[in-house]
Amino acid sequence: MDEILAGFGAAARLILTLDADLVEISLRSLQVSLIAVLIASAIALPFGAFLAVQRFRFRRTTIAVLNALMGLPPVVVGLLIYILLSRAGPFGGLGLLFTIKAMIIAQVVIITPLIASIAHQAMRDLWAEYHDLLISLNTTKWQRIKTLIRDGRRALLTASLAGFGRAIGEVGAIIVVGGNIDHATRVLTTAIALETGKGEFALALGLGFVLIALAIGVSVATHWLARTEKDSRW
Amino acid sequence: MVMTLEGVEVRRRAKRLLGPIDLSLAKTGLTVVLGPNGAGKSTLLRVMHGLERLSRGRVNYDIAPEQARKSQAFVFQSPVIMRRSVAENLDYPLALVGTPKAARAAAVRDWVARIGLSESLDAPATRLSGGEKQKLALARALINVPKLLFLDEPTSNLDGTSTREIEALIRAAIADGTRVILATHDLGQARRMATDALFLVNGELVEQAPSPQFFDAPKSAQARAFQNGDIIE
Repeated sequence: MDEILAGFGAAARLILTLDADLVEISLRSLQVSLIAVLIASAIALPFGAFLAVQRFRFRRTTIAVLNALMGLPPVVVGLLIYILLSRAGPFGGLGLLFTIKAMIIAQVVIITPLIASIAHQAMRDLWAEYHDLLISLNTTKWQRIKTLIRDGRRALLTASLAGFGRAIGEVGAIIVVGGNIDHATRVLTTAIALETGKGEFALALGLGFVLIALAIGVSVATHWLARTEKDSRW
Repeated sequence: MVMTLEGVEVRRRAKRLLGPIDLSLAKTGLTVVLGPNGAGKSTLLRVMHGLERLSRGRVNYDIAPEQARKSQAFVFQSPVIMRRSVAENLDYPLALVGTPKAARAAAVRDWVARIGLSESLDAPATRLSGGEKQKLALARALINVPKLLFLDEPTSNLDGTSTREIEALIRAAIADGTRVILATHDLGQARRMATDALFLVNGELVEQAPSPQFFDAPKSAQARAFQNGDIIE
C-alpha cells in the first residue's frame, strides 16, 4: 500500500514539476504510438472495408489469418524485425535498428491486424445495410469502400483507438528493436520496465499513472473531436 | 425504355423462387406487380433491376445494358437511409454521376422542398419518421431523373397522409417520363395508380393485363379470388 501511495506521490511530483525526463519520454511515447496508429490505420481501414465489400477466393482464409494475427506475440514481432533490421539482415543497410523508426515499424506490424479486424467487422455490418442501395446506384468498388469508410467513420475511430491502446501500452517489441536508449528510444513502457528492474517501484508506478492518463486523454480527446456521442445514432 | 424478360428463372438451393417468366413491358406508364405473400413480387423487381442473379433466361432493354443500368433506380420496402444528413443523402447519387456542385445544391434544395423536409435539411436522416424516410428514399431515387423506377411496397407501413404524398411524387415522376414498376399489396393503390398489372402466384406469372381489364374482368380464377380477398395458395 505504501508503494502505491508513494507511486501517486511520485507521479504527482513528476507531473507538477514537469520533469524534463518525464515530458521527453511521454512525448516520445505519443510520437511513436500516434505515428504507428496513423500508418496502421491508413493500411487497415481501407483493407477492412475492402474485405467487407469484395468477394475473392481466399477471403475467408484471409479473415481467419487476420483474426489470428491479432494475437501476435509482440516479443516475437520484435525479434523478427530485429533480425530484418540488424546488420546481417536484409534491411541492415538502412541503419534503422535502435531508432524510433524501428519502434514505429514494430508497432505498425502489431496493430495493423487488430485495426483491420475490428474495421472489417464494422464495415461488414454497414455493408449488409448498404449493399442493395450501393449496387442499385451502380457504384464502383472504390466508391463503395469510400462510402463505407465515410459513413462508418465512428466505428473506424473506435478501431483506431483500440490500436492506439495496444500501441501505447506495448513493451515487448519496442524494447527489442528500440533498445530502451536514454534520450533516444526510451518510452513510458520501456522506462517502467527499467525502473521495475531496478526496484524503483515508486517511479515505475508514477510513470504507469502517466501512461494510463495519456491513453485515456487521447481517447477522450479523439471522441470529443469527432463528436462521437453528439449524434450517437449516426 | 422497353424491357423484355425471356425465360427468366431464379432458383436457390434447388428451390424455384421465380419463373420461368416471359414478358414485355411498354415504354411508359406504371406497371403494378400484385400477388400474395411469397409470390415473388420483390424477386421479380430485383431481377428486373439486376440485383438478383438469374438461374436461367435474360433481361433485355431497347438500349445498351450499361446505359440501361444507369437509367434505373430502386426504392426498397425498408428504405435504406445512409448515415448522413438529409441533404447528403440526396446529394449522394448526384455526386456519383459527377453533377457539378452548384447544380447539386440546387437540386437538393428543390427536392427537400418537394418532400417537405426543408426544415430538416442538415438533420441526421436516420432520425426521420418512417414516412419521411420513405419520401427521402424516393426523392433520392428520383433526383437523377431515372427512366425506370422500381418501387417495392413503398407505402406498406405508412399512414394515409404519407401514402398520398408518395403517390403524388410517383405521379409527378410518371408525368416527367419515368417508367414505374410498383410491387404492392394494396389493391386500392394498385387501382389508383396502375396502367397495367402483373399477377404472380408462387413465382409464376399468372396474368398480365391492362389495368381496367385486370381489375374489372380478371381472366384467372386466382386473380379473381385475390381481388375478392380470398386466401391464395
